[in-house]
Amino acid sequence: MNFVHIALLGMLIICSLAVALTRNLLTSLIVYMAYSLIMAVIWMFLESPDLAITEAAVGAGITSVLFFVTLKKIHAIKGDSEHEQAQK
Amino acid sequence: MSKRRSDWESRPQARVRRWFYKGFLALDDEIAEKISSPPPPRFDYEEALEAQQAAIDSRQHERSIAIERLDQHNLLVWMRTRGRKAISRLYVALALVLGLMMMVFLLETVALMPRFGDPATPGANEVSARYIEKGLDETGAVNIVAGMILDYRAFDTLGESTVLFIAASAVLILLRIDHDKEGNPAQELIAAESDDRHYEPRDDRILQGSAMVLTPIILLYGIYIILNGHLSPGGGFSGGAIVSAGLILYLVAFGFEKAGRFFTTKTFTWVSFFSLSFYALAKAYAFYMGANGLPSGIPLGTPGAILSSGLIMPLNIAVGMVVACTMYIFYALFRKGGL
Amino acid sequence: MLQLLYENLEQTVSVILFGIGFTILLLQRNLIRKIIGLNIMDTAIYLFLASMGYISGRKAPIVVDGVTEVAAYINPIPAGLVLTGIVVSVSFTGILLALTVRLYRRYQTLDIDVIALLAKGEDA
Repeated sequence: MNFVHIALLGMLIICSLAVALTRNLLTSLIVYMAYSLIMAVIWMFLESPDLAITEAAVGAGITSVLFFVTLKKIHAIKGDSEHEQAQK
Repeated sequence: MSKRRSDWESRPQARVRRWFYKGFLALDDEIAEKISSPPPPRFDYEEALEAQQAAIDSRQHERSIAIERLDQHNLLVWMRTRGRKAISRLYVALALVLGLMMMVFLLETVALMPRFGDPATPGANEVSARYIEKGLDETGAVNIVAGMILDYRAFDTLGESTVLFIAASAVLILLRIDHDKEGNPAQELIAAESDDRHYEPRDDRILQGSAMVLTPIILLYGIYIILNGHLSPGGGFSGGAIVSAGLILYLVAFGFEKAGRFFTTKTFTWVSFFSLSFYALAKAYAFYMGANGLPSGIPLGTPGAILSSGLIMPLNIAVGMVVACTMYIFYALFRKGGL
Repeated sequence: MLQLLYENLEQTVSVILFGIGFTILLLQRNLIRKIIGLNIMDTAIYLFLASMGYISGRKAPIVVDGVTEVAAYINPIPAGLVLTGIVVSVSFTGILLALTVRLYRRYQTLDIDVIALLAKGEDA
């Protein structure tokens, strides 16, 4: 129960609050990726390496990729130059 | 001297008061704008009511429907002007209270749970003792968790692979865009994706250069994790996710044309079907032999070698292939609507 | 009681995260944020489950040097349950995101109140 463990648990709560309170959708998605990564480190503190590998590969990998592709489909990523040209 | 009105407006009390009386201004106005701009309702309620009044005996049922629609119209009008703000305010307050109450009740329960890390927890009973002591002898797997989920509790893993397969089917139904007989895309594709036609990559030097170096390493690492599922942490699921990440990187860097050389719809169909059937048949054989008290004919080998622990390595490969195909087809369906 | 909560710190944090995720699911109007809230609830429950299996002083359940006593490894059963749960969670997220894409194509918005009103207006 050292200081790093307690600090990581506190960061989990801060990340989940940040997901709710930011305005930009892309920002809340990146904060969710960080949340997933911190969760993978906490699995290692609980001595379960299987869960750590699976959470890192699936949570911070596949789920976040699917979210990004969905954001692309709903045109929520700003600065997309083709989209602005097509609208003109 | 009296304070200015702007001093009062920026204080917390004034903000709470403004929120209470007027709500989240920008969002409410935006919603009101969106609601007031669509075309007028297709059904003209007053005219329908008069028509029903004229032929009342033969059209009694339609008259009652028209009256009900007038009520709904009035309800919508009330919601747009005044009801919306009161209801949404009440909803926010109730949701916050509900969340806090649930947290408080669950925290009280947590205070009564057994201590964290206590060796005498009720959860560490004879079942886990049996799995740890006899796990290596009966399954031959050095990784006790992998031996548990693929040998003692293999039925749960079959259910989980089925859930993954059902999810892939559901996403296929929702997002696939069919081509008609000449190979032209359907109307939906043209209408929906009119500004997202760039499925092919733009020949980005950095992305293609790094993908050429990274993809073999990622695929090799994923295959290593799948094959070593019974000797070290890992197994079918995490290895399959990593293999699919490598394939998605290749797809993003080089485009659908080049990836279609080795991964088509037929590949996905046959790989999923054969993996799941092999898993079901292998476990059916193990159940049959175990239920009748016969020893299974598959040797366990020496613990610590790659070719050991009976059926666990082939099952890991089957699960890994299903997971890799499923994640890849998720990405391809989201991106293009097909392979 | 605070001392008891501090001793079970993982379970306390997991319960708080569950409450936060549930409130995000109820209060946010954007569909994507609701799905993120659902995922936060899921991972909070996995943290709770996995913390039930930890026993202090013992190592991960991988047999080293042929030692197979019970007193050398943590409880492996909750890890198996959570592994199944993580895969079910990702497949469910995939289905929800596909539904979100279809809803956006149909109604051009992601706000759940506007979608409900537009859908009700169409039925009439």
